[in-house]
Amino acid sequence: MTVAPFARRWVSVIPRIPGSLILFWLLLALLGPVLAPFAPGEVVSRTVFAPISAHHLLGTDYLGRDVLSRLLCGTGSTVLLCAATTVLACTGGVFLGIIAALKQGLTDTLLSRFMDGVISIPSLLSALVAVAAFGSSVPVLVLAMSLIYMPGSYRTCRMLALSIVRRDFVLAAQMRGEKSGYIVLREVLPNMTGPVMADVGLRFIYAVRLLSNLSFLGVGLQPPLTDLGSLTRENLLGLVYGAPAVIAPALTIAVLTVGLNLALDSYKGKAG
Amino acid sequence: MTMNAALIRALLRLVGASLVSLVFVTVAVFFITAVLPGDVADALLGQAATPDAVSALRHSLNLDKPVLVRFVIWVTGLLHGDFGVSLVSHRPVLAMASERLIHSLLLAGVTALFAVPVALLLGTTAAIFRNTLFDRAVSLLTLCIVSVPEFLVATLAVFIFSVQLHLLPALASISDIHSIGSFLASFSMPVTTLACVIVGQMSRMTRAVMIDALGSSWVEMAVLKGASPAHIILRHVIPNVIAPLFNVIALSLSYLLGGVVIVESVFHYPGIASLMVDSVAARDIPLVQICALIFCAAYLFLTTLADIVALLSSQRRHAA
Repeated sequence: MTVAPFARRWVSVIPRIPGSLILFWLLLALLGPVLAPFAPGEVVSRTVFAPISAHHLLGTDYLGRDVLSRLLCGTGSTVLLCAATTVLACTGGVFLGIIAALKQGLTDTLLSRFMDGVISIPSLLSALVAVAAFGSSVPVLVLAMSLIYMPGSYRTCRMLALSIVRRDFVLAAQMRGEKSGYIVLREVLPNMTGPVMADVGLRFIYAVRLLSNLSFLGVGLQPPLTDLGSLTRENLLGLVYGAPAVIAPALTIAVLTVGLNLALDSYKGKAG
Repeated sequence: MTMNAALIRALLRLVGASLVSLVFVTVAVFFITAVLPGDVADALLGQAATPDAVSALRHSLNLDKPVLVRFVIWVTGLLHGDFGVSLVSHRPVLAMASERLIHSLLLAGVTALFAVPVALLLGTTAAIFRNTLFDRAVSLLTLCIVSVPEFLVATLAVFIFSVQLHLLPALASISDIHSIGSFLASFSMPVTTLACVIVGQMSRMTRAVMIDALGSSWVEMAVLKGASPAHIILRHVIPNVIAPLFNVIALSLSYLLGGVVIVESVFHYPGIASLMVDSVAARDIPLVQICALIFCAAYLFLTTLADIVALLSSQRRHAA
């Protein structure tokens, strides 16, 4: 059965989206607190779980605070924290992965064994153990999540790099006596940017899922900081009334993760 | 004969690798949770943290000894079945964890009973009717489920099923037929939610396996011979996908663990996962350690099982 022309046109547009989608969320994260009409912690209404109105565009939350303002700030924390996590995890993963492929031998074995060990623990579990040990401050969350997602990035990049390090131009650079850093950044990495970018996008989605799950369980970001997971958690009672206070953050997470995953899916489909 | 020896060697290597992973996990769990001892004693005592009280507590928890000595004490205890006592309730953590573990296994088992057939059916039908509207709808829906955090599925399930519960008398009549209505009532929401998460992941993998099988040369040959679709599915497809499907099932059940943590917390289900989340919030380290070990052991068991099935199936294909 064929897809309608309308649908096909949409499908062909999607591959260009992943990069601009991430850019959009980052911009929203940075501008969010500026755009917020109220202070996120301020109680501005005597009605709790108020519906959508002209004064409060997304109603009020369980304490009578403005949901739109809190949502803008919460989206900011989720996106920025997960972006920081992704950057750390993928910088480490990409660099170590290429180094392992380049050096082979003992370096490769030691790195790979360590990464396999980390990956054999489910991510939510590692995060819970880390929070139990070090508390749930922002640096702990970012560092723990970076460590959790580095092995996945490492594995992908090592596999990708293995076929590149045997090529003539890499051998030539090694013969010239170039430093490892130069070879990694200038010779190997530029030849695998496409798949690496797809992998980075995937790690970002995983980080959003993990952070939201942790915050929803109450062991992620602690008040007064909020993110999309903790916003959903604190307003869960509003579900009974169908309040926008709980629907808005939940929907934002869904749009963020599903949208990016759809975009990546067709991007990979096109690349592969 | 040499083939069998090679197979046994490969199997032993798999089991050995997973045992090494278990040791790695044990060491990692201990050192992550035990490297910062000071603030555990401080955190436990809170306001009552006078220097004397802190040093007494540190002494009773062996926190004044070097880390390596504590590790040896801890591992010796583990080997003798002594996992320590909870810092909060002062009960042995092994007893606390094992009574909760039974509840979790029950939840996981009932969920698997529902989710596995549904996921296999959904994935297979999507593969047979590939690229139809049905397939696209299933793909989109399952992609949504695997993209969002598990708690969102739980929240949505509460929204839909608790609102629509009285709109769907079928659900009520099912619990009437079984005389164990109260059992079903307390179970239905956690099981439904968890099943949604598992079906999402599993049906996607099933679809990939089935598409692979349907595109194979022997199926093509059977189509050319003019065999009926039912004959092709029963005689040519199913025998060839049993092994990879077992692999899919084992892998999906290991995803069940992540979902269990969320679902037990959302529905206040008294399983081992909610025990772990509570112990993390209270920073009850011995309890965190045993819960983490049990989870990792279960996860390693399932992934190793998946690897073994994959190995055996590849052997069978070589033999054929």
